[in-house]
Amino acid sequence: MKFGVIVFPGSNCDRDAFFAGNLEGNTAEFIWHKETTIPSDIDCIIIPGGFSYGDYLRCGAISRFSNIMKEVVKFANSGKPVIGICNGFQILTEAGLLPGALLRNQSLSFICKDVYLKVNNQDTPFTNQTAENQVLRIPIAHGEGNYYADEETLAELKQHNQIVFQYCDENGEVNDNANPNGSLLNIAGICNKNRNVLGMMPHPERYSDITLGNDDGLHIFKSITNFINSN
Amino acid sequence: MKKYKAKVFVTLRENILDVQGKAIEHALHSLEFNNFNNVRIGKYVELEVEAQNDGQAEEMVKSACEKLIANPIIENYNVEIIE
Repeated sequence: MKFGVIVFPGSNCDRDAFFAGNLEGNTAEFIWHKETTIPSDIDCIIIPGGFSYGDYLRCGAISRFSNIMKEVVKFANSGKPVIGICNGFQILTEAGLLPGALLRNQSLSFICKDVYLKVNNQDTPFTNQTAENQVLRIPIAHGEGNYYADEETLAELKQHNQIVFQYCDENGEVNDNANPNGSLLNIAGICNKNRNVLGMMPHPERYSDITLGNDDGLHIFKSITNFINSN
Repeated sequence: MKKYKAKVFVTLRENILDVQGKAIEHALHSLEFNNFNNVRIGKYVELEVEAQNDGQAEEMVKSACEKLIANPIIENYNVEIIE
């Protein structure tokens, strides 16, 4: 299968995403934000982390109006998988492909460290190769990852099992101590109702090979590969 | 067409904890400005608009706020039009 990695001015995890996209016998291709089409052989879009457009105004607010995002919205609406990582998650919420918004971390600090994630839903293109309630260790690196949505939206997310990842401790316990940034319900990643669009603040591409210290992030890329190859 | 100046104030919605505002509130209290509470931080955007009248200018700026300048999920905005 083939990944398309969107590149904005200010993206800085695009090469890491490209690296992860080339594992497992897959290939990856960069797609510049000014492009007006997504090549027809792309099976999954990755919107990588970084500081697109310098995070001016709000994180993701300007990127969402780029040429390529119109195509990403069409791609997502056709049911194909789209994963937004960190800044990519912020862009997906600004574009309305995912509900809610990401606020400043409650501590006001930029946080760069490993966190534990509880996988709540195995029935998505991004988590089908994880075990039930599996705990993944994956790094975060963000200043604005504090997930917010109104109560109605949170209830809907719960009802449709869209809260894919929650910050937890080593043992998989979701509690306040394990919440790095103040996110409501310890939310680290959510998907849309159709489950083909995922946004997550942690960076699976940074832990996609054991030479990087850990390969827990590879579960995400293996899941996408499995989803594409079995559909 | 006339030229107007628009002043846009964007703030976090009331029910959202404004952590920057809280940090400044604590700093003010430590400076013994004890009468200050509920500090909220926002953004100020100033722009020039060409429109037929001030009503139209306001409509245009509000529409820009809904689409880009503010994120209605988390922010409120207030628009002032000056000739």
